[in-house]
Amino acid sequence: MSCAQTFADYALRAIGIGERLLPRGDFTLCQQFTLIGSGMIWNIYFGVLALLIGFVLATAVAVGKASHNRAIRKASEWFIFVFRGSPLFIQFFFAYFLFLSLKGVWPMFSPLTSAAYGALTVLILNTAAYSGEIFYGALLSIPKGDTEAADAYGMSGWSRFRRVIWPTMLRLGWPAYTNEAIFLFHATTLVYFSGFPATQQRGDALYYANYFADKTFNPFIPYPILAGYFILLTLVVIGLFGLINARLNRHLPQDRRAKIKLRPNLIR
Amino acid sequence: MNFYYSFGTVLLLLAITAPTALAFGFGGATAARSQIAPIRWFGKGYISIVRGVPDIAFFLFFVIALDQAFEYIRHRIKCPEWDEPIRQGSDFVVCQAAKLPLGNAPQWVHETYGFALAVLTFAIVFGAFAANVLYGAMRAVPRAQLETAEAYGMTRRQVTRRVLIPQMWVYALPGLSNLWMVLIKATPLLFLLGVEDIVYWAREMGGTKTPQFTDYPHGDWRMWYFFFLLVFYLCFTKLSEVVLDRIMARLTLGQATAGGEAQRKAAA
Repeated sequence: MSCAQTFADYALRAIGIGERLLPRGDFTLCQQFTLIGSGMIWNIYFGVLALLIGFVLATAVAVGKASHNRAIRKASEWFIFVFRGSPLFIQFFFAYFLFLSLKGVWPMFSPLTSAAYGALTVLILNTAAYSGEIFYGALLSIPKGDTEAADAYGMSGWSRFRRVIWPTMLRLGWPAYTNEAIFLFHATTLVYFSGFPATQQRGDALYYANYFADKTFNPFIPYPILAGYFILLTLVVIGLFGLINARLNRHLPQDRRAKIKLRPNLIR
Repeated sequence: MNFYYSFGTVLLLLAITAPTALAFGFGGATAARSQIAPIRWFGKGYISIVRGVPDIAFFLFFVIALDQAFEYIRHRIKCPEWDEPIRQGSDFVVCQAAKLPLGNAPQWVHETYGFALAVLTFAIVFGAFAANVLYGAMRAVPRAQLETAEAYGMTRRQVTRRVLIPQMWVYALPGLSNLWMVLIKATPLLFLLGVEDIVYWAREMGGTKTPQFTDYPHGDWRMWYFFFLLVFYLCFTKLSEVVLDRIMARLTLGQATAGGEAQRKAAA
């Protein structure tokens, strides 16, 4: 079977298009590259959606934690503490069984027991907590002069937040947020190992890499392929976030702009 | 009962892994600072490779890779007359005497071996993170302090032993305590390495039916078991946070850092 044929059969296997059966014997390098790459669709799906929705939530949580209202502040603090203080892996397990029990009572929860929605929910909440903490830190380090200038211009409430506080918060928190985004993409690999079932063997990249490693007893091919894909993904993320960073900092002189540095990769 | 023992497993893993990872980290950081180029490349390579890839992939990779490496070495030593290739298609074949653990070994040897592999894997991955933190800390020690030591006529080794290493901890501690939190949160991944830890038992005991016990007097309690684990981890991270804050306060005493300065002013 030629490589082009394999690609046609398996390139979209992770979302259920193409050949039904996974390859069984005589694994070629091409098959491994194609299937693991096809699994990356899920990693990107989880990562991108969780980042987009989590970003909105994170802003809300950060503002909530800095709020003067005691109830809102406590709620945000607890939200951040629960999601940052416990392992994501346990969160996945707990959420899966929680959704499973809820499904028994109200059938409307049944989509949440699938990885595509349930795991996404957990990832959104998780990234919202981590980036909420980052944005909260940034919120505290907004230069006093900036808010005073906004006051002097007669801005208040929403317009002050939207035009001064929010952009400055993003600008200050952006390098740390970039790291958070990278970890989030790495964390997406946990999904299919934590209770959420892979229906009809539609899994993410690590799921397929693990499949090949199990079948061939040779971890030296699938895992480096996976690593290669993730390094590429990380570079793309750094590139995109670097562009946004440049835009956020465009009013500053060159040497005062915050640089994005790749910091050590951590699990959650 | 096994459920309670498995908490012991997790604590034991932390107790063994933390010092081992620190030792690996220390080795890595020293290697990265070495004056001999190949050792320096090795140290830097070790740090950067482990940081760039999802850690869970490393966990899955190292367990098989280390297992096969050990068996391969033992195979070369114990069975020199073996002439068949080791990789036969998709099988990894070594002679009987080289199997690890031996096929006829009792069950607890198998479990201990699995645990030891897990510890080694954790130590390698977290060693790289620790190496990065310590490497940064060594560079953060004020140059003036080292120059003073040199002015007293200390050799390079004496400077490292008597000034650099005692002084670097205050700079390393924020990173290391972060790492400790991450290590706590990574312990559920033991489950993926095939060790029967708390996640395994929570799944077994909570379920209505298991391979080991056919009938339980309760329904699906897995949700509550995982909720308990969630709370356990939350308490554990909170406790660590308090303890680490105390250590930090102790270490900053009299240091030339912002924290030390604040302490001095508060006392005065």
